[in-house]
Amino acid sequence: MSNSDHVMSGSDSEIVDTPDAIPSRRSAWRRMKDGLAVLLASKTATAGLTLVLFWVLVAIFAPFLTPYTPLEQDWKNPNIGPSAEHPLGTDELGRDLWSRLIYGARVVLVILPISEHFWIPGGTAIWGVIVALVVGITLGLVSGYYGGWIDEVTMRLLDAMMAVPIILLYLIIMAALGASAINVVLAMTIVGTPGIARLVRSLTLDIRTREYIRAAETRGESPWYIMFIEILPNARGPIIVDAMLRVGYAIFAMGTLGFLGLGIPPPSPDWGSMVAKGREFILAGSPYAAMWPSIAIASLVVGLNLLADGLREESMRYQ
Amino acid sequence: MMANDNGRRAENVIDVEHLSIAYETRKGDVEAVRDVTFTVREGETVGLVGESGCGKSTIAYGIVNHLGANGKITGGHIRFQGSELVGKSSAALKKLRGDRIAMVFQDPMQALNPSVRLGEQLAEVLTCHRDMPQQEAWQRSIEMLKRVNMPDPEDIMRRYTHQISGGQQQRVVIAMAMLNNPALLIMDEPTTALDVTVEAAVLDLIEELKSDFNAANIFITHNLGVVARVSDHLCVMYAGQLVEKGPVVNIFKHPGHPYTRGLMAAVPKLGESKLDSMLYPIRGRVPAPADRPRTACIFAPRCDYATDQCREKRPEMVVLSPEHSARCFYAEEIDRRPRTTRKRVQAVQAATEAATGKSDDTLLAFDHLKLYYTQESDSVVSLFGLGEKKYVKAVDDVSLRLAKGRTLGVVGESGCGKSSLVKGLIGLEPLTGGELNFLDIDVNEEVTQRSANLIKEMQMVFQNPDSTLNPSYTVGKQIARPIQHFGTVPKNQVKQEVIRLLKAVRLGPTYYDRLPRQLSGGEKQRVGIARALASRPDLIICDEPVSALDVSVQAAVINLLLEIQHTFGASMIFIAHDLSVVRYFSDDIAVMYLGKVVEIGPAERIYEPPYHPYTEALLAAVPIADPEAEQKEIRLSGNVPSALNPPRGCRFHTRCPRRDLLPDGGQICETDDPPWQQSAAGHRILCHIPLAALEKIAPVVHTAA
Repeated sequence: MSNSDHVMSGSDSEIVDTPDAIPSRRSAWRRMKDGLAVLLASKTATAGLTLVLFWVLVAIFAPFLTPYTPLEQDWKNPNIGPSAEHPLGTDELGRDLWSRLIYGARVVLVILPISEHFWIPGGTAIWGVIVALVVGITLGLVSGYYGGWIDEVTMRLLDAMMAVPIILLYLIIMAALGASAINVVLAMTIVGTPGIARLVRSLTLDIRTREYIRAAETRGESPWYIMFIEILPNARGPIIVDAMLRVGYAIFAMGTLGFLGLGIPPPSPDWGSMVAKGREFILAGSPYAAMWPSIAIASLVVGLNLLADGLREESMRYQ
Repeated sequence: MMANDNGRRAENVIDVEHLSIAYETRKGDVEAVRDVTFTVREGETVGLVGESGCGKSTIAYGIVNHLGANGKITGGHIRFQGSELVGKSSAALKKLRGDRIAMVFQDPMQALNPSVRLGEQLAEVLTCHRDMPQQEAWQRSIEMLKRVNMPDPEDIMRRYTHQISGGQQQRVVIAMAMLNNPALLIMDEPTTALDVTVEAAVLDLIEELKSDFNAANIFITHNLGVVARVSDHLCVMYAGQLVEKGPVVNIFKHPGHPYTRGLMAAVPKLGESKLDSMLYPIRGRVPAPADRPRTACIFAPRCDYATDQCREKRPEMVVLSPEHSARCFYAEEIDRRPRTTRKRVQAVQAATEAATGKSDDTLLAFDHLKLYYTQESDSVVSLFGLGEKKYVKAVDDVSLRLAKGRTLGVVGESGCGKSSLVKGLIGLEPLTGGELNFLDIDVNEEVTQRSANLIKEMQMVFQNPDSTLNPSYTVGKQIARPIQHFGTVPKNQVKQEVIRLLKAVRLGPTYYDRLPRQLSGGEKQRVGIARALASRPDLIICDEPVSALDVSVQAAVINLLLEIQHTFGASMIFIAHDLSVVRYFSDDIAVMYLGKVVEIGPAERIYEPPYHPYTEALLAAVPIADPEAEQKEIRLSGNVPSALNPPRGCRFHTRCPRRDLLPDGGQICETDDPPWQQSAAGHRILCHIPLAALEKIAPVVHTAA
């Protein structure tokens, strides 16, 4: 098989290898369009992208998509199914489920509430992954590039963290820090860092043997320059795919924490706590309050996974 | 499959007729091989030569129908022992592969399964294709290993791939291919990954097997020297087409196609020097399959003799002699035409003459340089740093001097310590001992501790064009970085400086914004050279700068380096395993073996007697691109000993073929360190054998001309 691969890639490179035909510099817009074309070439990625885009758009435009606020209570209609007034029904306090669902998506994907009146853009799950990426990439680069006892110490500490079951780790952190969006981000960072660090370290171990790294060393570049400017950009492909998957895990983790009552504190709309509360009424004949947020979590996570898979497939094909 | 193998009915084992192969891509079909016709007879070796991307391997894969999911044969016939292969079901072809047709690939590491014992892999060939009982298959495998001159075959059968050396691995692969007594053996660059001495032994073996088994061989390589040694017939491929075919002697004597001629002029012959000869690169590059004209000579854009006729009509094969034909309108006269690139020749020659033999100022000097790698033993105590430490003596007590403006070549097999030596010089590895003087400054510390002024005077050109440039940044940025880093020019002139450097390596300013993946191997290597030049160094260390390049490109890069040495006046250390290239490029040469320099002197002295026995063996192993050249047959036995535990006395004594020149068969070699013997000005040999005896040895190579 490897031989036929060799032939394929050989002929491919011959075709791509016509620099005169390639314009010397493509605009950012062109490159984005090309990137999108690659994405749309894969059915998996397209399906994933559709699901993810649906939730992102719905979250951004939430205030325009529903007449209700997520906290508004309709005393007369608690626990009803879908109707003309409430497209997805209401929960036990008569709050509109559609409104709570899309405002819940906001917290996950679009805003990070710092305090009651202050929030910053970028959802809780997104921030959790970004902070974990920053910490994980730094640790991974340092231990991969330096090696030796720095590597040993860092990796053994991270191994120790990975040895604790994730859900337990979440519980410990959240119980210690208390429930708030910031603390959810913190917990996700602590849980996510070891995995990212491992990935980046393995990529670094490979890339640092390349000759351009030796060229940088022979001209006396600082280790930080080599790590972040020479190595990191060449590791970006796998890191992006991994980050995509991690956003999925983070959403899942948020759901779990909310379900256990350790997530974003009520009454703000949180998918996990919605499921937890709605669960009590399933047998009472109104499954909707638990069903919709479960579907929301599932579809978003599946969407992200499909997107990451498709992306990986396509990027592999071009290597 | 033919029923009667011994009937000798079909002398032609394989007939390839008007074969065309294409790959399906998103942009439509791309033709990789077009209209190729050749035959291979029993007991004959046909060499397929050409640069990479010329479709050599595609033909081989086409014959065994291993083209991959997107490859297909679009026309022509392949007849194997009289029966048509094109259009046969894949099940039938699978039966043929490995049974009647066998293949040997370039990298034996990848051809052997690392997790299965070699014996099982060998025996499987027989149990699978011949339904032979396990016991018998095992015995046959052992016999075959003996046949390929493998020492101690019973032991090899029980080993895993990583436990034997590269040369032995390739022997196992060849043994595996011969087990079924195939009618056709296809070898795809079987010796490219091997050291010269090992390569020579493997080529000997291939020759031997050819006469024993009477199989038809197809030998694919880019190396004209190798092909001259093993082939009877030659097929020269260019851009998917066959441009010339014929008996190997005819082609080397009277090439009928300008491309063949170009290939031969692009490699230095052993013994040629930059002072007395010139390499002629072929300009341009192999066109991509999509840009190959159907109605013109495919080589016309790169051809010095092209006329309007060549651009308007595709030439047919012109028959030069009964078996020799070439696809060129001027095939009959091309051999007698003069070269047209004289002007640059003279420029470069003047340049090199000016550069050599001038100053005697020492630029770099090191004495008793040692570079050891520590190797912890496996015991538990060593976990705590208490165990006994062993040392890999990668460089052991090496002293050399390099004068300003001169070039020092370092040669030796892989593992001899030449790369470690360079790493020590440039400061990537800490030195264990010795004195290192550069520009009259003591530099024993690593690169991180050296001052920027010192660092910028010593720069490096790397081997692998694919990893020498950072794929994430444009060419311009990568050349600009050292300029900014060392502050060579003021900030606002950086871009002009980059473009000046690009011009110096003969690349246009349009390359400024290109990414490395848009460049060919030769272009990448030029950018790597430009980057090394950016800090205007006094010393450029070239670590095998051309060994990964195609021959035509190789010539261009060597010429470029020579020009640069002239214009910038830099000294160079040139590391290579190709002795012809080193001889051509260098003023002085050091031969290394197992961490020690065994012979050093002016280049012309190294290639004439007296030789160090190791140098003699290396020279005897070099494949020479001249089928009529006579070369002594000296083959080194055994492997390079481990540097962890080098032999006592002379390190070469375990493999030395010349110990019988000493009275008692060289007892002294095993006990005493050899002395340096001075033969002529600056030429020294590290050997016990008296110079007088070494001088009597005849030169290794006799060229007919």
